[in-house]
Amino acid sequence: MRYEAPSSVEDAVATLAGAPGAHVLAGGTDLLVRLRSEMIEPDLIVDIKRIKGMREIAPEAGGWRIGAAVSGAEIGEHEGLRADWPGVVEAAGLIGSTQVQGRATLAGNLCNASPAADSVPAMVAAGAVARIVGPEGTRDLAVIDVPKGPGKTALARGEFIASILLPAKAPRSGDAYLRFIPRTEMDIAVVGCGVSLSLDEEGRVTAARVALGAVGPKVILVDAAAEAIMGRALDEAALSDLAAACSKAATPIDDKRGTVAFRRHVAGVLARRAAVIAGARAKGEQA
Amino acid sequence: MSRIHVTTKINGDATEFLCEAEATLLDVLRDELGLTGTKEGCGTGDCGACSVTVDGRLVCSCLMLGAEAEGCEITTIEGMAAGDQLHPLQKKFIEMAALQCGICTPGILVAAKSLLERNPDPSEEEVRYWLAGNLCRCTGYDKIIRAVLDTAADMRRAS
Repeated sequence: MRYEAPSSVEDAVATLAGAPGAHVLAGGTDLLVRLRSEMIEPDLIVDIKRIKGMREIAPEAGGWRIGAAVSGAEIGEHEGLRADWPGVVEAAGLIGSTQVQGRATLAGNLCNASPAADSVPAMVAAGAVARIVGPEGTRDLAVIDVPKGPGKTALARGEFIASILLPAKAPRSGDAYLRFIPRTEMDIAVVGCGVSLSLDEEGRVTAARVALGAVGPKVILVDAAAEAIMGRALDEAALSDLAAACSKAATPIDDKRGTVAFRRHVAGVLARRAAVIAGARAKGEQA
Repeated sequence: MSRIHVTTKINGDATEFLCEAEATLLDVLRDELGLTGTKEGCGTGDCGACSVTVDGRLVCSCLMLGAEAEGCEITTIEGMAAGDQLHPLQKKFIEMAALQCGICTPGILVAAKSLLERNPDPSEEEVRYWLAGNLCRCTGYDKIIRAVLDTAADMRRAS
């Protein structure tokens, strides 16, 4: 195996183009495990951390562009991100231990394409967009469209994610992410739910995105859940309709971490609770 | 296969080493540099026995390639004591018997030091969450948590 650490996107793309089967390394918290267990035996590892911008969080068009190698710890310490997208920050912060947070990245969580990835429903709810570079140039793809199924992404050979854009936060809007795990820390989501919503001055929902994780082969954006609360205050009736829409949209499997019936139920419960938190944040309350 | 030449600073000393592309930072520390205080538990980032800091950030050295350390500043358990003078956490772990077999101890000390540098007055909950990635199969954690909290209190009084 060879190791290369190019200093520009162009060099990285050229290096990857010349080595089919090469793997991209950012935080390495998934890649190194697969490498060590010989699940993969690549001829080449391309470390993208030396490329300018990969480790930066930069303001862009009122939102934030997060480089592909920015760690969870760096995201959690960033005041601007915490103020604008607390749900995404909390979701990223749930991944692994303090040690894993020191290296793990949003782009890596997305490219690992686990159905249970914590940051992905939060990013989908936020309307995040991945910037992908590759031999055909640069393209932007909504985060919802990046995973295709367990371990599968829409990235073509030689492509990698260079950054993720969290868009400008609209006025009176807030987001939240909650997951269910049977313990308090260091576990894989049985169900995850990200909610991002905006309110008018009377507290009625004017925009909403609700995304579920770990209840299907990939993240699910539940349009019916957003429609269920549109134009309504987040009262008991609206929240019940939201929960019902999420339970209905979930397509989970039975496995050792949860049954279909349990996951469907929890999808609704988490959506309701996340919407309450997002709603409070939209009103400027601490939540 | 040519080995990769890496220049780093480890525990304050400029250090150069050669490594294979596959070698983890943990492999390099233990097998190339003889810094065997850093332990391998799981090799998959779950147990924290291989904890070190890289540019001030707590990481599992089993989840990082040695080649990635180029230009980085690394601190291991060997850098914790100042000569013969143990770090307050090390003294307290001995005093309060916050270890049994000792395999997890270097990683826990490195992780706890990293916590106290960021937060000199952590709550018990904060200590428990910070150390959630450091597994101990002997102690039941209680003595470890109390030793970290006690050290934090001592260090606050001393400063």
